[in-house]
Amino acid sequence: MMRINSKIIEKHGLNEEEYKNIQKLLNRNPNLLELGIFSAMWNEHCSYKSSKIHLKKLPTKGKQVIQGPGENAGVIDIGDDDAIVFKIESHNHPSYIEPYQGAATGVGGILRDVFTMGARPIALLNSIHFGSPSHHKTKSLLNGVVSGIGGYGNCIGIPTVAGETKFNATYNENILVNAMAVGHAKKNKIFYSKAKGINKSVVYVGSKTGRDGIHGASMASAEFDENSEEKKPTVQVGDPFTEKLLLEACLELMRDDSIIAIQDMGAAGLTSSSVEMASKGSLGIELELDKVPCREENMTPYEMMLSESQERMLIILEDGKEDHARKIFKKWDLDFVVIGKTTNSKNITLKYNNKIEGEIPIEALSSKAPIYERKWTKKPISKNQIDLKKLKKIEIEDSLIKILSSPNHSNKNWITNQYDQMVMCDTAQRSGSDAAIIRIHNKDKAIAVSVDSSANYCKSFPISGGKQIVCENWRNIISVGAKPLAITNCLNFGNPENSQIMGEFAECLQGISEACKFLDYPVVSGNVSFYNGTNKKNIYPTPVIGGVGLIQNLSNPINHLFKKDNSIIILVGKTFGHLGQSCFIKENYSINEGNPPEVNLKNERENGENVLSLIQKNLVLSAHDVSSGGLLVSLSEMSIASNLGVKIQKPKKLTNINEYFFGEDQSRYLLEISADHLTRVEKNLKENNIFYELIGKTQKKYFEIEDEMKLDVNYLSKINNQWYYNY
Amino acid sequence: MKSSVIVFPGSNCDRDIADALVKMQFKNQMVWHKETNLPKSDLIVIPGGFSYGDYLRSGAIAGKSLIIDEVIRAANAGCLVLGICNGFQILTETGLLQGTLLRNKHLKFINKDINIKVMNNKTKFTSKYKINQILKINIAHNEGNYFTNSKHLEEIKKENLIAFQYCDEKGNINNDSNPNGSMENIAGIFNSKKNILGMMPHPERMIDKLISNTDGVNLFSSLLN
Repeated sequence: MMRINSKIIEKHGLNEEEYKNIQKLLNRNPNLLELGIFSAMWNEHCSYKSSKIHLKKLPTKGKQVIQGPGENAGVIDIGDDDAIVFKIESHNHPSYIEPYQGAATGVGGILRDVFTMGARPIALLNSIHFGSPSHHKTKSLLNGVVSGIGGYGNCIGIPTVAGETKFNATYNENILVNAMAVGHAKKNKIFYSKAKGINKSVVYVGSKTGRDGIHGASMASAEFDENSEEKKPTVQVGDPFTEKLLLEACLELMRDDSIIAIQDMGAAGLTSSSVEMASKGSLGIELELDKVPCREENMTPYEMMLSESQERMLIILEDGKEDHARKIFKKWDLDFVVIGKTTNSKNITLKYNNKIEGEIPIEALSSKAPIYERKWTKKPISKNQIDLKKLKKIEIEDSLIKILSSPNHSNKNWITNQYDQMVMCDTAQRSGSDAAIIRIHNKDKAIAVSVDSSANYCKSFPISGGKQIVCENWRNIISVGAKPLAITNCLNFGNPENSQIMGEFAECLQGISEACKFLDYPVVSGNVSFYNGTNKKNIYPTPVIGGVGLIQNLSNPINHLFKKDNSIIILVGKTFGHLGQSCFIKENYSINEGNPPEVNLKNERENGENVLSLIQKNLVLSAHDVSSGGLLVSLSEMSIASNLGVKIQKPKKLTNINEYFFGEDQSRYLLEISADHLTRVEKNLKENNIFYELIGKTQKKYFEIEDEMKLDVNYLSKINNQWYYNY
Repeated sequence: MKSSVIVFPGSNCDRDIADALVKMQFKNQMVWHKETNLPKSDLIVIPGGFSYGDYLRSGAIAGKSLIIDEVIRAANAGCLVLGICNGFQILTETGLLQGTLLRNKHLKFINKDINIKVMNNKTKFTSKYKINQILKINIAHNEGNYFTNSKHLEEIKKENLIAFQYCDEKGNINNDSNPNGSMENIAGIFNSKKNILGMMPHPERMIDKLISNTDGVNLFSSLLN
């Protein structure tokens, strides 16, 4: 057998101290198999060793929460006997190396997390970040990732309904691919991963095990360098067809009480699934590896335990249920093999041909895994103020055109047309509005879902950035008439061993935490992805928030499309004209300085609650959150989507028109109100002390600011629609 | 009216079409591909999806499955057969419909609402539509680019066997209104006896105003007639 030396230890992503710790926990030297298992369980991706102490600060409870973080996915209550199961996860490193398969298996993995819990997946979302469009890799990465996301979701038949796509040079060498899945389950039929009872059968179901993805989780826990391309063999290959079979077979088996515990084989495959189930049940587990269905010949125990082959699950069955379960998996042409049993040894015991090849106390892999309180530094507030007077004057019309035709603000139908958004026939609002709406099958209620991030804000001042993304997500959910319930987050950051990066992490989390607490918008699941960077160049801190809200009765769904001409347009929330970190200064002047807009959480909540109440009273024709690009960009999005124009008055108080129209102040909404509802709406807002302005009316054909600009909506639409098709 | 929906591994619009049929008052049952007996049916539907993962070629493996012999027998005996999307692809693989569905001209999966024109309303599938009526309907496919030989093309034109053609909002049938490169903008065809319809668009997605529109309803109500 291979002797463990420092080179092998390093290759397994473990440092010297960690190796000593392993020796202490085992009271001997590990063999290669055991070292591989420690490496898989102790890496950042599986152990959360750098993030754990900060994650504990997030609010995770609330009366809507059935299951918070720690399971395969979070679960929330949406009334009656319905529950929503959801989670977001990153697949950044694999997608950079092999964009199609990386993105596809990202989708496959997150879907398994959701249906493992007994939920039928009903929606997929994604947040994808690419480098500068001019970077030589961006185009092929964009193509590959979008095809991979579509390829998997379309084939398995789950609609991909919402997402965001952004470009920034910070991702040139390290793109982000985050996938979110949302499922629907019966409240009393949620399945967990906690093993119970000894001598219970441990069953392997799904695809066969191959050599793909070995050490995938360790790859996700290291920075890239110029040799990253060599890691291609560690990228898994997805098979959505098999996953569809696995999904149907699992849901069929879940109809009765055969399953004690179930866990998908995701990162670190068989290792993490077996250890997690045993650990949660404070039990031991024994596996006979010669029984593992293998796709390739002569696979070693080491390879089997570390393979990340896709579309596999581990199930612990009740006594006497084997034949029943086997029949179901056979019907779906899937492998079904009893490969082990639960024990009271509290060890993971790995046998091959009746010989023990490795044995490790479960504790050593879970509760005794390292936890680090890494050094972190606070980010100072930027003192640079933007002085518009010193900048070259730009006509308002030219700014608008520049922003609407930029890669980050162009219409994304080139992407969304590649995703099946309609399969399952419950998509009431597709991509393109603030949030997507998915009806609960055969019911009147629906959920709203959205994913959001603001890496620029988070980079310049992480606390404000963290708050802002939660608030923007909350606004997006409200803008389609849903009550925000809970979120999942995907925390994409650079190297945690760098104190500034760790500071970005700690402070973003502080912001997220404050906003979530204040808005009663708890975090129920999530994922941390560190080491996003190449050769010491770290990406901007990019936490991504995925939110879910509830629409109690979907009789009158709402979106951001203007409905008719001559309606009144109301801007809810105060406009101060904050241009720091705005689209306006970035697109026009390439300035990246200044602080992001501050969020007043009290205003956020009050404005949001009042807007939601107006929508629920059917007093609003259309609604839109005002975010990146400010008031004018948001208005133009409403116009372009509906082919109706507006006539807007110039602001009376604020002196600088660019600040007014392009400022990115938070907590604002645009509402289209029918003239005959205006009195009621104003009364409601006044009674609740909500600041609002009547800014103009809708009209046919022209997008107009009085005495300032007048453009044909068709023209705006044209410039907003061309970037992707010309790229 | 009794309907049967054939379910293959990888079918993913089977529930959608079954729901639509039930909503339209059909007595529907699901039939697993390994069955060798087809229940007595007035209508057989082969649903959309990715049967067998589209491996080898869309519809190729499903076209050789156990139940297909029964479907062919029933079709030849005059039973109504509707193939939607992957179902259309499967029908061409079995030979019940001629021609084939090639990769979309832009080589990308397309999901969007497009317009189609009803070209023949004197059939059991389309009698409730007006002739030349324009429908807004959802497509979702990788291989929807209909191709056939010139002899067959002449024949389906002459015998009025083109069911639907892609068009724009005003009904113009041209290159710009052709989403996938299909010959003659063909979106759906009948067999010569007009008891079999294969179409790429998804009528089952267009039966509910809250979700989309109701342009698909009349296809089902025609069948009930």
